[in-house]
Amino acid sequence: MRYDLQIIASWIEPGSKVLDLGCGEGDLLGFLKKEKRVKGTGIESSEAKVTKCIEKGVQVLQGDITEEVHDYPDNSFDYVILSQTLQQVLEPDQLIKDLLRVGKKIIVSFPNFCYWSIRMQILFFGYAPKNRQLPYEWYNTPNIRIITIKDFRRFVRETGCEVIKEVDINTHSDDLQGKIINFLPNLRATYGIFMVSRRKSYP
Amino acid sequence: MSKNTEHECDGISVGLVEKKLYTFAEPPNELTLASGARLGPISVAYETMGTLNDDKSNVILIAHALSGDSHVAGYYSAADPKPGWWNTMVGPGKGIDTDRYFVICSNVLGSCMGTTGPSSTNPATGRPYGLDFPMVTIGDMVKVQKALLDHLGIGKLLAVIGGSIGGMQVLEWAISYPETITAAILLATTTRHSALAIAFNEIGRQAIMSDPNFNKGDYYSGPKPDLGLALARMVGHVTYLSDEVMRSKFGRRLQDRDNLAFDFEANFQVESYLRHQGSKFVQRFDANSFLYITKAADYFDVGQQHGNDSEVEAFAKVKAKILVISFTSDWLYPTYQSRDMVNAMKKNGLDVSFCEIEAKCGHDAFLLPNERQSTLINRFLDRVSEEEKHDAL
Repeated sequence: MRYDLQIIASWIEPGSKVLDLGCGEGDLLGFLKKEKRVKGTGIESSEAKVTKCIEKGVQVLQGDITEEVHDYPDNSFDYVILSQTLQQVLEPDQLIKDLLRVGKKIIVSFPNFCYWSIRMQILFFGYAPKNRQLPYEWYNTPNIRIITIKDFRRFVRETGCEVIKEVDINTHSDDLQGKIINFLPNLRATYGIFMVSRRKSYP
Repeated sequence: MSKNTEHECDGISVGLVEKKLYTFAEPPNELTLASGARLGPISVAYETMGTLNDDKSNVILIAHALSGDSHVAGYYSAADPKPGWWNTMVGPGKGIDTDRYFVICSNVLGSCMGTTGPSSTNPATGRPYGLDFPMVTIGDMVKVQKALLDHLGIGKLLAVIGGSIGGMQVLEWAISYPETITAAILLATTTRHSALAIAFNEIGRQAIMSDPNFNKGDYYSGPKPDLGLALARMVGHVTYLSDEVMRSKFGRRLQDRDNLAFDFEANFQVESYLRHQGSKFVQRFDANSFLYITKAADYFDVGQQHGNDSEVEAFAKVKAKILVISFTSDWLYPTYQSRDMVNAMKKNGLDVSFCEIEAKCGHDAFLLPNERQSTLINRFLDRVSEEEKHDAL
Protein backbone atom coordinates (compact mmCIF):
# COMPACT_ATOMS: atom_id res chain seq x y z
CA MET A 1 0.00 0.00 0.00
CA ARG A 2 1.13 3.54 -0.77
CA TYR A 3 3.18 5.11 2.05
CA ASP A 4 0.73 7.95 2.77
CA LEU A 5 -2.11 5.41 2.94
CA GLN A 6 -0.12 3.37 5.48
CA ILE A 7 0.09 6.41 7.72
CA ILE A 8 -3.61 7.18 7.24
CA ALA A 9 -4.50 3.55 8.03
CA SER A 10 -2.53 3.76 11.28
CA TRP A 11 -4.73 6.68 12.39
CA ILE A 12 -8.06 4.83 11.99
CA GLU A 13 -9.65 3.33 15.10
CA PRO A 14 -10.72 -0.30 14.70
CA GLY A 15 -14.40 -0.85 14.00
CA SER A 16 -15.03 2.71 12.84
CA LYS A 17 -17.03 3.93 9.84
CA VAL A 18 -14.95 5.33 7.00
CA LEU A 19 -15.69 7.12 3.73
CA ASP A 20 -12.80 7.16 1.24
CA LEU A 21 -13.25 9.73 -1.52
CA GLY A 22 -11.41 8.88 -4.71
CA CYS A 23 -10.69 5.42 -3.31
CA GLY A 24 -9.01 4.09 -6.45
CA GLU A 25 -8.86 0.33 -6.50
CA GLY A 26 -9.83 0.11 -2.83
CA ASP A 27 -6.40 -0.72 -1.37
CA LEU A 28 -6.90 1.33 1.79
CA LEU A 29 -10.49 0.25 2.41
CA GLY A 30 -9.65 -3.39 1.71
CA PHE A 31 -6.84 -3.18 4.25
CA LEU A 32 -8.96 -1.41 6.86
CA LYS A 33 -11.80 -3.88 6.44
CA LYS A 34 -9.52 -6.86 6.88
CA GLU A 35 -7.17 -5.56 9.57
CA LYS A 36 -9.39 -3.19 11.53
CA ARG A 37 -12.93 -4.46 10.90
CA VAL A 38 -13.77 -1.03 9.53
CA LYS A 39 -17.11 -0.49 7.82
CA GLY A 40 -16.00 1.47 4.80
CA THR A 41 -17.41 2.96 1.62
CA GLY A 42 -15.46 4.29 -1.31
CA ILE A 43 -16.36 6.74 -4.02
CA GLU A 44 -14.57 6.45 -7.33
CA SER A 45 -15.31 7.82 -10.78
CA SER A 46 -13.63 5.15 -12.90
CA GLU A 47 -15.70 2.10 -13.84
CA ALA A 48 -12.57 -0.08 -14.04
CA LYS A 49 -11.40 0.94 -10.56
CA VAL A 50 -14.90 0.47 -9.13
CA THR A 51 -14.82 -3.09 -10.47
CA LYS A 52 -11.45 -3.65 -8.76
CA CYS A 53 -12.93 -2.44 -5.47
CA ILE A 54 -15.84 -4.86 -5.73
CA GLU A 55 -13.42 -7.65 -6.60
CA LYS A 56 -11.66 -6.89 -3.32
CA GLY A 57 -14.95 -7.04 -1.43
CA VAL A 58 -14.96 -3.28 -0.88
CA GLN A 59 -18.24 -1.36 -0.84
CA VAL A 60 -18.02 1.38 -3.48
CA LEU A 61 -20.13 3.89 -5.41
CA GLN A 62 -19.23 5.06 -8.87
CA GLY A 63 -19.57 8.81 -9.04
CA ASP A 64 -18.13 12.27 -8.60
CA ILE A 65 -16.86 12.93 -5.08
CA THR A 66 -18.18 16.47 -4.84
CA GLU A 67 -21.70 15.29 -5.74
CA GLU A 68 -21.83 11.95 -3.95
CA VAL A 69 -20.87 13.44 -0.60
CA HIS A 70 -24.09 15.51 -0.50
CA ASP A 71 -26.40 12.55 -0.05
CA TYR A 72 -25.09 11.42 3.32
CA PRO A 73 -26.73 12.57 6.53
CA ASP A 74 -24.62 14.62 9.01
CA ASN A 75 -21.98 12.68 10.96
CA SER A 76 -22.47 9.51 8.89
CA PHE A 77 -18.82 8.57 9.25
CA ASP A 78 -16.12 8.55 11.91
CA TYR A 79 -13.52 9.41 9.28
CA VAL A 80 -13.71 10.84 5.77
CA ILE A 81 -10.52 10.38 3.78
CA LEU A 82 -9.42 12.52 0.86
CA SER A 83 -5.99 11.35 -0.22
CA GLN A 84 -3.99 13.08 -2.95
CA THR A 85 -7.13 14.60 -4.44
CA LEU A 86 -7.61 18.03 -2.83
CA GLN A 87 -5.26 19.66 -5.35
CA GLN A 88 -7.58 18.53 -8.17
CA VAL A 89 -10.81 19.91 -6.74
CA LEU A 90 -12.49 22.97 -8.21
CA GLU A 91 -13.92 24.24 -4.93
CA PRO A 92 -11.76 22.83 -2.13
CA ASP A 93 -13.24 25.03 0.60
CA GLN A 94 -16.76 23.86 -0.18
CA LEU A 95 -15.66 20.24 -0.38
CA ILE A 96 -13.86 20.37 2.98
CA LYS A 97 -16.96 21.92 4.49
CA ASP A 98 -19.08 19.08 3.06
CA LEU A 99 -16.61 16.50 4.37
CA LEU A 100 -16.72 18.01 7.85
CA ARG A 101 -20.49 17.76 7.76
CA VAL A 102 -20.64 14.02 6.93
CA GLY A 103 -17.55 13.00 8.90
CA LYS A 104 -16.63 13.56 12.51
CA LYS A 105 -13.00 13.72 11.49
CA ILE A 106 -11.49 14.18 8.07
CA ILE A 107 -8.11 13.05 6.85
CA VAL A 108 -6.61 14.97 3.94
CA SER A 109 -3.33 14.37 2.13
CA PHE A 110 -1.92 16.49 -0.70
CA PRO A 111 1.36 17.16 -2.50
CA ASN A 112 3.29 20.07 -1.02
CA PHE A 113 3.95 22.72 -3.68
CA CYS A 114 6.63 24.33 -1.54
CA TYR A 115 8.92 21.31 -1.60
CA TRP A 116 12.46 22.62 -2.09
CA SER A 117 13.02 21.20 -5.55
CA ILE A 118 9.83 22.84 -6.80
CA ARG A 119 11.01 26.17 -5.37
CA MET A 120 14.36 25.65 -7.11
CA GLN A 121 12.76 24.89 -10.44
CA ILE A 122 10.79 28.11 -10.36
CA LEU A 123 13.70 30.15 -9.05
CA PHE A 124 16.38 28.88 -11.42
CA PHE A 125 14.56 27.68 -14.52
CA GLY A 126 11.44 29.84 -14.62
CA TYR A 127 9.12 27.05 -15.76
CA ALA A 128 6.06 25.60 -14.04
CA PRO A 129 7.46 22.83 -11.86
CA LYS A 130 7.43 19.17 -12.84
CA ASN A 131 8.55 16.26 -10.71
CA ARG A 132 7.47 12.75 -9.77
CA GLN A 133 4.63 14.03 -7.61
CA LEU A 134 3.55 16.55 -10.22
CA PRO A 135 4.46 14.97 -13.56
CA TYR A 136 2.25 17.13 -15.78
CA GLU A 137 2.67 20.15 -18.00
CA TRP A 138 0.83 23.35 -17.09
CA TYR A 139 -1.68 22.74 -19.89
CA ASN A 140 -2.67 19.17 -19.03
CA THR A 141 -2.29 18.96 -15.29
CA PRO A 142 -5.30 17.87 -13.24
CA ASN A 143 -3.64 19.59 -10.26
CA ILE A 144 -5.36 22.93 -10.45
CA ARG A 145 -4.81 23.97 -6.82
CA ILE A 146 -1.44 25.09 -5.51
CA ILE A 147 -1.38 23.96 -1.87
CA THR A 148 1.47 24.09 0.60
CA ILE A 149 1.65 22.65 4.09
CA LYS A 150 1.62 26.15 5.58
CA ASP A 151 -1.35 27.15 3.40
CA PHE A 152 -3.33 24.19 4.62
CA ARG A 153 -2.58 24.89 8.27
CA ARG A 154 -3.73 28.47 7.82
CA PHE A 155 -6.84 27.33 5.94
CA VAL A 156 -7.81 25.01 8.79
CA ARG A 157 -7.29 27.77 11.34
CA GLU A 158 -9.30 30.31 9.37
CA THR A 159 -12.22 27.98 8.82
CA GLY A 160 -12.60 27.49 12.55
CA CYS A 161 -11.44 23.90 12.55
CA GLU A 162 -8.56 22.26 14.29
CA VAL A 163 -5.73 20.02 13.24
CA ILE A 164 -5.78 16.89 15.39
CA LYS A 165 -2.82 15.26 13.71
CA GLU A 166 -0.27 16.26 11.14
CA VAL A 167 2.43 14.16 9.57
CA ASP A 168 4.54 15.44 6.74
CA ILE A 169 6.35 12.89 4.64
CA ASN A 170 8.92 12.57 1.94
CA THR A 171 7.83 9.92 -0.53
CA HIS A 172 7.04 9.65 -4.22
CA SER A 173 3.54 9.45 -5.59
CA ASP A 174 3.07 5.68 -5.65
CA ASP A 175 5.93 4.59 -3.42
CA LEU A 176 5.42 2.04 -0.69
CA GLN A 177 8.14 3.63 1.41
CA GLY A 178 9.02 7.08 2.64
CA LYS A 179 10.06 8.95 5.73
CA ILE A 180 8.47 11.33 8.16
CA ILE A 181 9.83 14.89 8.06
CA ASN A 182 9.77 16.79 11.34
CA PHE A 183 12.31 19.53 10.58
CA LEU A 184 11.25 22.23 8.10
CA PRO A 185 8.44 20.17 6.57
CA ASN A 186 7.18 22.91 4.25
CA LEU A 187 10.60 22.81 2.58
CA ARG A 188 11.49 19.15 2.90
CA ALA A 189 8.24 17.16 2.69
CA THR A 190 6.62 16.10 -0.58
CA TYR A 191 3.24 15.44 1.05
CA GLY A 192 1.28 16.69 4.01
CA ILE A 193 -1.24 14.50 5.82
CA PHE A 194 -3.72 16.12 8.19
CA MET A 195 -6.47 14.94 10.45
CA VAL A 196 -8.95 17.75 10.99
CA SER A 197 -12.12 18.13 12.99
CA ARG A 198 -14.68 20.80 13.62
CA ARG A 199 -14.31 22.89 16.72
CA LYS A 200 -17.31 22.86 19.01
CA SER A 201 -18.17 26.37 17.85
CA TYR A 202 -18.03 25.36 14.18
CA PRO A 203 -21.20 26.61 12.44
CA MET B 1 -36.87 -6.91 -20.95
CA SER B 2 -36.42 -8.86 -24.13
CA LYS B 3 -35.63 -12.48 -23.97
CA ASN B 4 -32.40 -12.66 -25.82
CA THR B 5 -31.58 -16.03 -27.20
CA GLU B 6 -29.65 -14.99 -30.25
CA HIS B 7 -26.26 -14.31 -28.79
CA GLU B 8 -23.46 -16.80 -29.02
CA CYS B 9 -23.30 -19.31 -26.24
CA ASP B 10 -20.00 -20.27 -24.72
CA GLY B 11 -20.76 -23.98 -24.67
CA ILE B 12 -20.65 -24.21 -20.88
CA SER B 13 -24.01 -25.02 -19.39
CA VAL B 14 -25.65 -26.21 -16.23
CA GLY B 15 -26.99 -29.10 -18.32
CA LEU B 16 -30.48 -30.49 -18.21
CA VAL B 17 -33.13 -28.68 -16.20
CA GLU B 18 -36.74 -29.47 -15.56
CA LYS B 19 -39.71 -27.14 -15.33
CA LYS B 20 -41.71 -27.97 -12.20
CA LEU B 21 -45.08 -26.79 -10.98
CA TYR B 22 -46.27 -25.89 -7.50
CA THR B 23 -49.95 -25.18 -6.91
CA PHE B 24 -51.32 -23.41 -3.86
CA ALA B 25 -54.03 -20.96 -2.75
CA GLU B 26 -56.72 -23.53 -3.46
CA PRO B 27 -60.20 -22.19 -2.68
CA PRO B 28 -61.27 -21.23 -0.09
CA ASN B 29 -57.71 -20.19 0.79
CA GLU B 30 -57.16 -17.90 -2.18
CA LEU B 31 -54.33 -15.36 -2.19
CA THR B 32 -55.47 -11.80 -1.50
CA LEU B 33 -53.87 -9.48 -4.03
CA ALA B 34 -52.86 -5.84 -3.57
CA SER B 35 -56.05 -4.80 -5.37
CA GLY B 36 -58.11 -6.67 -2.78
CA ALA B 37 -59.16 -9.31 -5.31
CA ARG B 38 -58.73 -12.96 -4.36
CA LEU B 39 -57.03 -15.42 -6.69
CA GLY B 40 -56.73 -19.17 -6.48
CA PRO B 41 -55.67 -21.75 -7.17
CA ILE B 42 -52.28 -20.40 -8.27
CA SER B 43 -49.72 -22.52 -10.05
CA VAL B 44 -46.07 -21.44 -10.20
CA ALA B 45 -43.68 -22.77 -12.81
CA TYR B 46 -40.11 -22.90 -11.54
CA GLU B 47 -36.73 -24.42 -12.26
CA THR B 48 -33.78 -25.05 -9.99
CA MET B 49 -30.08 -25.48 -10.72
CA GLY B 50 -27.12 -26.42 -8.58
CA THR B 51 -27.21 -28.16 -5.21
CA LEU B 52 -28.82 -26.93 -2.03
CA ASN B 53 -26.24 -27.11 0.77
CA ASP B 54 -26.90 -28.63 4.19
CA ASP B 55 -27.73 -25.42 6.01
CA LYS B 56 -29.65 -24.05 3.00
CA SER B 57 -27.45 -20.96 2.96
CA ASN B 58 -26.57 -20.93 -0.75
CA VAL B 59 -29.91 -20.08 -2.34
CA ILE B 60 -30.16 -17.44 -5.05
CA LEU B 61 -33.48 -16.38 -6.53
CA ILE B 62 -33.46 -14.91 -10.03
CA ALA B 63 -36.39 -12.71 -11.05
CA HIS B 64 -37.09 -12.44 -14.76
CA ALA B 65 -38.30 -9.46 -16.76
CA LEU B 66 -41.40 -8.84 -18.91
CA SER B 67 -41.18 -11.66 -21.39
CA GLY B 68 -38.88 -14.08 -19.58
CA ASP B 69 -39.74 -17.33 -17.90
CA SER B 70 -38.46 -19.85 -15.37
CA HIS B 71 -36.03 -21.25 -17.93
CA VAL B 72 -33.06 -19.14 -16.92
CA ALA B 73 -30.28 -21.52 -17.98
CA GLY B 74 -29.56 -25.02 -19.24
CA TYR B 75 -31.55 -27.20 -21.62
CA TYR B 76 -34.78 -29.17 -21.35
CA SER B 77 -33.45 -32.10 -23.36
CA ALA B 78 -30.40 -33.23 -25.27
CA ALA B 79 -32.16 -32.23 -28.48
CA ASP B 80 -33.15 -28.78 -27.16
CA PRO B 81 -31.50 -26.26 -29.53
CA LYS B 82 -31.68 -23.24 -27.21
CA PRO B 83 -30.51 -22.78 -23.65
CA GLY B 84 -32.35 -20.62 -21.10
CA TRP B 85 -32.46 -16.83 -21.40
CA TRP B 86 -29.49 -16.06 -19.11
CA ASN B 87 -27.30 -19.03 -19.89
CA THR B 88 -24.28 -16.75 -20.28
CA MET B 89 -24.62 -15.61 -16.66
CA VAL B 90 -25.89 -18.71 -14.88
CA GLY B 91 -23.91 -21.94 -14.96
CA PRO B 92 -20.82 -23.72 -13.67
CA GLY B 93 -18.02 -21.18 -13.05
CA LYS B 94 -20.12 -18.32 -14.43
CA GLY B 95 -21.14 -15.00 -12.86
CA ILE B 96 -23.82 -16.84 -10.91
CA ASP B 97 -21.95 -20.05 -10.28
CA THR B 98 -24.17 -23.13 -10.12
CA ASP B 99 -21.25 -25.12 -8.69
CA ARG B 100 -21.59 -23.02 -5.56
CA TYR B 101 -25.14 -21.75 -5.43
CA PHE B 102 -28.58 -23.28 -5.58
CA VAL B 103 -30.40 -21.14 -8.14
CA ILE B 104 -34.18 -20.84 -8.36
CA CYS B 105 -36.09 -19.03 -11.07
CA SER B 106 -39.87 -18.94 -11.27
CA ASN B 107 -42.27 -17.55 -13.84
CA VAL B 108 -44.09 -14.43 -12.62
CA LEU B 109 -47.77 -14.24 -11.72
CA GLY B 110 -49.76 -13.02 -14.73
CA SER B 111 -47.38 -14.51 -17.27
CA CYS B 112 -48.10 -17.31 -19.71
CA MET B 113 -45.09 -19.58 -19.29
CA GLY B 114 -46.56 -21.97 -16.75
CA THR B 115 -47.55 -19.71 -13.88
CA THR B 116 -51.18 -18.71 -13.50
CA GLY B 117 -52.12 -15.79 -15.70
CA PRO B 118 -54.92 -14.48 -17.92
CA SER B 119 -54.59 -17.46 -20.27
CA SER B 120 -55.12 -19.94 -17.42
CA THR B 121 -58.50 -21.55 -16.81
CA ASN B 122 -60.80 -19.58 -14.54
CA PRO B 123 -62.23 -22.18 -12.14
CA ALA B 124 -65.46 -20.16 -11.93
CA THR B 125 -66.22 -20.49 -15.64
CA GLY B 126 -64.06 -23.34 -16.88
CA ARG B 127 -62.74 -20.97 -19.58
CA PRO B 128 -59.57 -18.84 -19.77
CA TYR B 129 -59.69 -15.78 -17.52
CA GLY B 130 -58.96 -13.22 -20.21
CA LEU B 131 -59.61 -9.76 -18.78
CA ASP B 132 -61.46 -11.31 -15.81
CA PHE B 133 -58.02 -12.05 -14.45
CA PRO B 134 -57.44 -9.63 -11.56
CA MET B 135 -54.81 -6.89 -11.91
CA VAL B 136 -51.57 -8.05 -10.33
CA THR B 137 -48.72 -5.98 -8.91
CA ILE B 138 -44.99 -6.52 -8.55
CA GLY B 139 -45.77 -7.09 -4.85
CA ASP B 140 -48.23 -9.87 -5.77
CA MET B 141 -45.57 -11.51 -7.97
CA VAL B 142 -43.16 -11.49 -5.04
CA LYS B 143 -45.79 -12.90 -2.66
CA VAL B 144 -46.15 -15.85 -5.01
CA GLN B 145 -42.37 -16.35 -5.09
CA LYS B 146 -42.35 -16.28 -1.29
CA ALA B 147 -45.06 -18.94 -1.19
CA LEU B 148 -42.95 -21.12 -3.50
CA LEU B 149 -39.89 -20.75 -1.26
CA ASP B 150 -41.94 -21.60 1.82
CA HIS B 151 -43.12 -24.71 -0.01
CA LEU B 152 -39.51 -25.62 -0.83
CA GLY B 153 -38.56 -25.16 2.84
CA ILE B 154 -36.22 -22.27 2.12
CA GLY B 155 -36.30 -19.60 4.81
CA LYS B 156 -33.36 -17.47 3.77
CA LEU B 157 -32.04 -16.24 0.43
CA LEU B 158 -28.39 -15.41 -0.03
CA ALA B 159 -29.38 -13.11 -2.88
CA VAL B 160 -32.21 -12.05 -5.12
CA ILE B 161 -31.07 -10.92 -8.55
CA GLY B 162 -32.98 -9.34 -11.39
CA GLY B 163 -32.85 -6.84 -14.24
CA SER B 164 -35.52 -4.46 -15.50
CA ILE B 165 -38.93 -5.63 -14.18
CA GLY B 166 -36.96 -8.41 -12.48
CA GLY B 167 -35.10 -5.66 -10.62
CA MET B 168 -38.42 -4.25 -9.41
CA GLN B 169 -39.16 -7.64 -7.87
CA VAL B 170 -35.75 -7.55 -6.17
CA LEU B 171 -36.59 -4.13 -4.68
CA GLU B 172 -39.92 -5.49 -3.50
CA TRP B 173 -38.15 -8.45 -1.86
CA ALA B 174 -35.66 -6.19 -0.10
CA ILE B 175 -38.42 -4.00 1.30
CA SER B 176 -41.15 -6.57 2.05
CA TYR B 177 -38.96 -9.39 3.35
CA PRO B 178 -35.90 -7.66 4.84
CA GLU B 179 -35.11 -10.58 7.14
CA THR B 180 -35.26 -13.13 4.33
CA ILE B 181 -32.66 -11.79 1.94
CA THR B 182 -28.98 -11.17 2.57
CA ALA B 183 -28.18 -9.44 -0.69
CA ALA B 184 -30.01 -7.71 -3.53
CA ILE B 185 -28.57 -7.27 -7.01
CA LEU B 186 -30.38 -4.71 -9.15
CA LEU B 187 -29.59 -4.51 -12.86
CA ALA B 188 -30.84 -1.84 -15.28
CA THR B 189 -33.87 -1.14 -13.15
CA THR B 190 -35.85 1.62 -11.49
CA THR B 191 -37.91 2.35 -8.40
CA ARG B 192 -40.69 3.61 -10.65
CA HIS B 193 -41.37 4.04 -14.34
CA SER B 194 -40.79 7.43 -15.89
CA ALA B 195 -43.49 8.95 -18.09
CA LEU B 196 -41.38 7.80 -21.04
CA ALA B 197 -41.45 4.15 -19.94
CA ILE B 198 -45.20 4.27 -19.23
CA ALA B 199 -45.76 5.91 -22.63
CA PHE B 200 -44.08 3.10 -24.54
CA ASN B 201 -45.96 0.47 -22.53
CA GLU B 202 -49.23 2.25 -23.28
CA ILE B 203 -48.46 2.27 -27.01
CA GLY B 204 -47.90 -1.48 -26.79
CA ARG B 205 -51.12 -2.05 -24.89
CA GLN B 206 -53.13 0.11 -27.28
CA ALA B 207 -51.69 -1.82 -30.22
CA ILE B 208 -53.00 -5.05 -28.65
CA MET B 209 -56.35 -3.72 -27.55
CA SER B 210 -57.10 -2.14 -30.92
CA ASP B 211 -56.36 -5.36 -32.80
CA PRO B 212 -59.65 -6.54 -34.41
CA ASN B 213 -59.06 -10.00 -32.92
CA PHE B 214 -58.66 -8.74 -29.37
CA ASN B 215 -62.35 -9.20 -28.52
CA LYS B 216 -61.98 -7.66 -25.05
CA GLY B 217 -59.31 -10.18 -24.19
CA ASP B 218 -61.56 -13.16 -24.92
CA TYR B 219 -59.73 -14.50 -27.96
CA TYR B 220 -58.51 -17.91 -26.79
CA SER B 221 -61.01 -19.91 -28.86
CA GLY B 222 -60.47 -17.93 -32.04
CA PRO B 223 -57.83 -15.94 -33.92
CA LYS B 224 -55.46 -14.08 -31.61
CA PRO B 225 -54.51 -10.40 -31.66
CA ASP B 226 -51.17 -11.27 -33.21
CA LEU B 227 -50.77 -8.06 -35.19
CA GLY B 228 -51.26 -5.95 -32.09
CA LEU B 229 -48.92 -8.05 -29.98
CA ALA B 230 -46.27 -8.06 -32.71
CA LEU B 231 -46.53 -4.29 -32.96
CA ALA B 232 -46.24 -3.99 -29.16
CA ARG B 233 -43.12 -6.10 -29.30
CA MET B 234 -41.63 -3.99 -32.10
CA VAL B 235 -42.10 -0.82 -30.09
CA GLY B 236 -40.75 -2.49 -26.97
CA HIS B 237 -37.75 -3.84 -28.79
CA VAL B 238 -36.72 -0.38 -29.98
CA THR B 239 -36.73 0.82 -26.36
CA TYR B 240 -34.37 -2.02 -25.39
CA LEU B 241 -31.79 -0.97 -27.99
CA SER B 242 -29.89 2.27 -28.44
CA ASP B 243 -29.19 4.68 -31.27
CA GLU B 244 -25.59 3.52 -31.29
CA VAL B 245 -26.30 -0.19 -31.51
CA MET B 246 -28.98 0.35 -34.16
CA ARG B 247 -26.58 2.40 -36.23
CA SER B 248 -23.91 -0.27 -36.09
CA LYS B 249 -26.29 -3.22 -36.43
CA PHE B 250 -28.51 -1.86 -39.23
CA GLY B 251 -27.62 1.66 -40.26
CA ARG B 252 -29.64 2.41 -43.38
CA ARG B 253 -28.74 -0.89 -44.98
CA LEU B 254 -31.39 -2.42 -47.23
CA GLN B 255 -32.85 -5.88 -46.81
CA ASP B 256 -32.28 -8.30 -49.73
CA ARG B 257 -32.19 -5.49 -52.30
CA ASP B 258 -29.88 -2.90 -53.79
CA ASN B 259 -32.34 -0.07 -54.30
CA LEU B 260 -35.37 1.33 -52.55
CA ALA B 261 -38.49 -0.53 -53.66
CA PHE B 262 -40.89 2.41 -53.48
CA ASP B 263 -43.40 0.33 -51.58
CA PHE B 264 -44.34 -0.41 -47.97
CA GLU B 265 -42.58 -3.72 -47.68
CA ALA B 266 -39.61 -3.95 -45.34
CA ASN B 267 -37.00 -2.11 -47.41
CA PHE B 268 -34.58 -1.45 -44.58
CA GLN B 269 -32.90 -4.11 -42.53
CA VAL B 270 -34.18 -2.55 -39.32
CA GLU B 271 -37.76 -2.90 -40.56
CA SER B 272 -37.24 -6.51 -41.44
CA TYR B 273 -35.58 -7.18 -38.09
CA LEU B 274 -38.43 -5.67 -36.11
CA ARG B 275 -41.04 -7.57 -38.10
CA HIS B 276 -39.13 -10.76 -37.43
CA GLN B 277 -38.94 -9.99 -33.69
CA GLY B 278 -42.67 -9.24 -33.65
CA SER B 279 -43.75 -12.41 -35.44
CA LYS B 280 -41.40 -14.58 -33.36
CA PHE B 281 -42.81 -13.12 -30.17
CA VAL B 282 -46.47 -13.89 -30.92
CA GLN B 283 -45.64 -17.58 -31.17
CA ARG B 284 -44.55 -17.74 -27.56
CA PHE B 285 -46.29 -14.97 -25.68
CA ASP B 286 -49.86 -14.16 -24.73
CA ALA B 287 -51.18 -10.67 -25.49
CA ASN B 288 -53.17 -10.46 -22.24
CA SER B 289 -50.06 -11.33 -20.23
CA PHE B 290 -48.29 -8.45 -21.97
CA LEU B 291 -51.10 -6.13 -20.83
CA TYR B 292 -51.04 -7.35 -17.23
CA ILE B 293 -47.28 -7.41 -16.69
CA THR B 294 -46.63 -4.02 -18.30
CA LYS B 295 -49.41 -2.55 -16.15
CA ALA B 296 -47.89 -4.08 -13.02
CA ALA B 297 -44.56 -2.47 -13.96
CA ASP B 298 -46.21 0.91 -14.60
CA TYR B 299 -48.01 0.77 -11.24
CA PHE B 300 -44.80 -0.05 -9.36
CA ASP B 301 -43.63 2.87 -7.25
CA VAL B 302 -41.40 2.13 -4.28
CA GLY B 303 -41.88 5.47 -2.54
CA GLN B 304 -45.63 5.61 -3.01
CA GLN B 305 -46.24 1.98 -2.10
CA HIS B 306 -43.82 1.58 0.78
CA GLY B 307 -42.79 4.99 2.09
CA ASN B 308 -45.60 7.60 2.09
CA ASP B 309 -44.23 8.97 -1.19
CA SER B 310 -40.66 8.91 0.09
CA GLU B 311 -38.13 6.46 -1.27
CA VAL B 312 -35.87 7.25 1.67
CA GLU B 313 -38.61 6.11 4.03
CA ALA B 314 -39.34 3.06 1.87
CA PHE B 315 -35.74 1.87 2.04
CA ALA B 316 -35.59 2.35 5.82
CA LYS B 317 -36.85 -1.23 6.20
CA VAL B 318 -34.12 -2.73 4.02
CA LYS B 319 -31.34 -4.79 5.57
CA ALA B 320 -29.84 -6.42 2.48
CA LYS B 321 -26.43 -5.57 1.07
CA ILE B 322 -27.08 -4.08 -2.32
CA LEU B 323 -25.34 -3.96 -5.69
CA VAL B 324 -26.82 -1.60 -8.29
CA ILE B 325 -25.65 -1.74 -11.91
CA SER B 326 -26.76 0.57 -14.73
CA PHE B 327 -25.67 0.83 -18.35
CA THR B 328 -24.56 4.00 -20.11
CA SER B 329 -26.77 3.60 -23.19
CA ASP B 330 -29.94 2.46 -21.37
CA TRP B 331 -32.46 5.19 -22.14
CA LEU B 332 -35.47 3.23 -20.89
CA TYR B 333 -34.16 3.06 -17.30
CA PRO B 334 -31.35 5.63 -17.49
CA THR B 335 -28.49 5.81 -15.01
CA TYR B 336 -29.99 8.81 -13.21
CA GLN B 337 -32.78 6.52 -11.98
CA SER B 338 -30.26 4.10 -10.52
CA ARG B 339 -28.43 7.02 -8.90
CA ASP B 340 -31.66 8.32 -7.34
CA MET B 341 -32.27 4.87 -5.90
CA VAL B 342 -28.71 4.68 -4.58
CA ASN B 343 -29.08 8.13 -2.99
CA ALA B 344 -32.18 7.06 -1.10
CA MET B 345 -30.28 3.97 0.07
CA LYS B 346 -27.28 6.08 1.15
CA LYS B 347 -29.54 8.28 3.25
CA ASN B 348 -30.48 5.13 5.15
CA GLY B 349 -26.87 4.13 5.68
CA LEU B 350 -27.39 0.95 3.66
CA ASP B 351 -24.50 -1.17 2.44
CA VAL B 352 -24.78 -0.28 -1.24
CA SER B 353 -22.37 -0.45 -4.16
CA PHE B 354 -23.04 1.09 -7.55
CA CYS B 355 -21.39 0.74 -10.93
CA GLU B 356 -22.36 2.22 -14.29
CA ILE B 357 -21.12 -0.09 -17.02
CA GLU B 358 -20.09 1.40 -20.35
CA ALA B 359 -22.21 -0.48 -22.87
CA LYS B 360 -23.62 0.42 -26.26
CA CYS B 361 -26.49 -2.07 -26.40
CA GLY B 362 -29.07 -0.06 -24.46
CA HIS B 363 -31.41 -1.56 -21.89
CA ASP B 364 -30.79 -5.07 -23.26
CA ALA B 365 -27.16 -4.88 -22.08
CA PHE B 366 -27.90 -6.68 -18.82
CA LEU B 367 -29.04 -9.77 -20.75
CA LEU B 368 -26.06 -9.88 -23.09
CA PRO B 369 -22.73 -11.51 -22.31
CA ASN B 370 -20.73 -8.89 -20.42
CA GLU B 371 -17.50 -9.76 -18.70
CA ARG B 372 -17.68 -6.80 -16.36
CA GLN B 373 -21.23 -7.48 -15.23
CA SER B 374 -20.39 -11.16 -14.62
CA THR B 375 -17.31 -10.22 -12.59
CA LEU B 376 -19.18 -7.67 -10.50
CA ILE B 377 -21.99 -10.08 -9.69
CA ASN B 378 -19.65 -13.00 -9.06
CA ARG B 379 -17.35 -11.12 -6.71
CA PHE B 380 -20.16 -9.35 -4.92
CA LEU B 381 -21.75 -12.74 -4.22
CA ASP B 382 -18.33 -13.98 -3.03
CA ARG B 383 -18.12 -11.15 -0.56
CA VAL B 384 -21.67 -11.53 0.70
CA SER B 385 -21.39 -15.28 1.21
CA GLU B 386 -18.02 -14.90 2.97
CA GLU B 387 -19.36 -12.22 5.29
CA GLU B 388 -22.41 -14.37 5.95
CA LYS B 389 -20.24 -17.31 6.95
CA HIS B 390 -18.11 -15.02 9.10
CA ASP B 391 -21.17 -13.57 10.85
CA ALA B 392 -22.52 -17.05 11.51
CA LEU B 393 -19.38 -18.03 13.46
